[in-house]
Amino acid sequence: MDENIRRELIMEHYQNPRNKGKEIDETYQKVNTNNASCIDNLDIYVKVEDKKIKDIAFDGEACAISTASCSMMITNLIGKTIQEAYEYIENFERMVEEKPYDENILESALAFNEIYKQNNRKNCALLPYKGIRQILDQLKEDI
Amino acid sequence: MNREDFPMLQKDIIYLDNGATTLKPQSVIDAITDYYTNYSANAHRGDYDISFHVDEMYENTREKVRKFINAKEKEEIIFTSGDTESLNMIARGFFENIIEKDDEILITQSEHASNVLPWFRLSKKYGCKVKYIPLDDSHYVTLENVKKGITPNTRVIALAQITNVIGDIRPIKEICTYAHEHNIFVVVDGAQSVAHKKTDVQDLGADFLTFSAHKMCGPTGVGVLYGRKEFLEQLEPINLGGGMNESFDSVDEVYLKELPTRLEAGTPNIAGVIGLGAAIDYLNKIGMDKIREYEQNLRKYLVDKLLTIPHIDIINLESDSGIVAFNVEGIFSQDVAYYLNKYNVCIRAGNHCAKILKKEVGVTNTCRVSLYFYNNEEEVDALVELLKDKEKIWKEML
Repeated sequence: MDENIRRELIMEHYQNPRNKGKEIDETYQKVNTNNASCIDNLDIYVKVEDKKIKDIAFDGEACAISTASCSMMITNLIGKTIQEAYEYIENFERMVEEKPYDENILESALAFNEIYKQNNRKNCALLPYKGIRQILDQLKEDI
Repeated sequence: MNREDFPMLQKDIIYLDNGATTLKPQSVIDAITDYYTNYSANAHRGDYDISFHVDEMYENTREKVRKFINAKEKEEIIFTSGDTESLNMIARGFFENIIEKDDEILITQSEHASNVLPWFRLSKKYGCKVKYIPLDDSHYVTLENVKKGITPNTRVIALAQITNVIGDIRPIKEICTYAHEHNIFVVVDGAQSVAHKKTDVQDLGADFLTFSAHKMCGPTGVGVLYGRKEFLEQLEPINLGGGMNESFDSVDEVYLKELPTRLEAGTPNIAGVIGLGAAIDYLNKIGMDKIREYEQNLRKYLVDKLLTIPHIDIINLESDSGIVAFNVEGIFSQDVAYYLNKYNVCIRAGNHCAKILKKEVGVTNTCRVSLYFYNNEEEVDALVELLKDKEKIWKEML
């Protein structure tokens, strides 16, 4: 991805994060996710119906990378089945960890395809994924 | 000043995170290397020359520390692994034995975690209460507010002399005088103060004072617990083992050594203690009053410049130490720190281990610059230049 487009995408999601602070009800499952080494702290809310992700919202205080990464993740995961969501999450994690991954399914989140170059920010990008994994793992047990 | 003494300053960095840890002068590095290279033996074993020399160096440092903080006796200086261990020893080894259910421990919401959590545990275990001294509008502790916080049940007041986010200097002497009139103990966390201003425990009247070597040009892993002798005598050692026992035969026949050895079980951090000794020599050579004055001037220089930048909001404008906490309007503190890092400027972003402070200040996270005597106006200028252009921060923070 071109550097300027990458930057624009991240800043766009940082300034207008999808579903941040959205009102949610009791049909959502909540998880808190934070980085031990820094101050990012996000609450993620997921609503699942018929094994499909119906909606995701989030709230909290975090840096530009974490916030944008969460916003993109939400945009891309809504509408996916839990199975598809896992595949997406795995691919994102592989990309950040510099392992082979499938470009075709990551959509806007490809904006983080060079985040591995900044070691101290990898965890920022991964933070929302840590949270969503936790919720999905829980749901899997419930189902 | 004295920049040439610090190898780290030969590198291309601007180090403004002295509240976290300070850089080490060559003389401290040399003292540690000298121990490991030339007389690397254990302490308290003077059977041969090099071990005798270790003992001398180790105990000489105790004397240096005594003098540095003007304690009455050498036995009042205990070497620990750092400020955190010192505070935990006080809470567990001393107060655990005397605290009662209805007692109150008075702290503030701007204390560092190490002066909060040991008291929380005490409260959880024994049902005593942790209460907070109300802070004034500038988040300061005043004697008036201390008086307001005190009740007939107050047993101990535990305060940092200088806090690590707000950087305010507390009126410890006045607090000690008042507290002692009411039979209340005072524990002073000196982590952010001992390196930055002259400390005189007798003049302050503190019952306990704690600090870390690494925040005063010394090595990591070593610190000091000062306590008035009568109280240290009652402090129960948390660690038992070699070096601190006189003799033992059975469970009922264990005899411990006298102070200070009784509280220093196991092989101590000898290299660390010797390094601390060298750090004290170094600071004395410059002079603590000179350090304090230099820092105050440099802080004023920085604050005056920051005040001309409209998008910078200084949290602790009124403070008088080398700590400046601020935010760049609309930009998360960590993003500011990452941006400055691209120009090799090291500052700290976050809540600085003072996690209950947010209730008080209303701001969770800040950027923190903490100055020391080796920082200079050129470095401040470079920082200010980088912060001036908000567009640039916005553009380069990713």
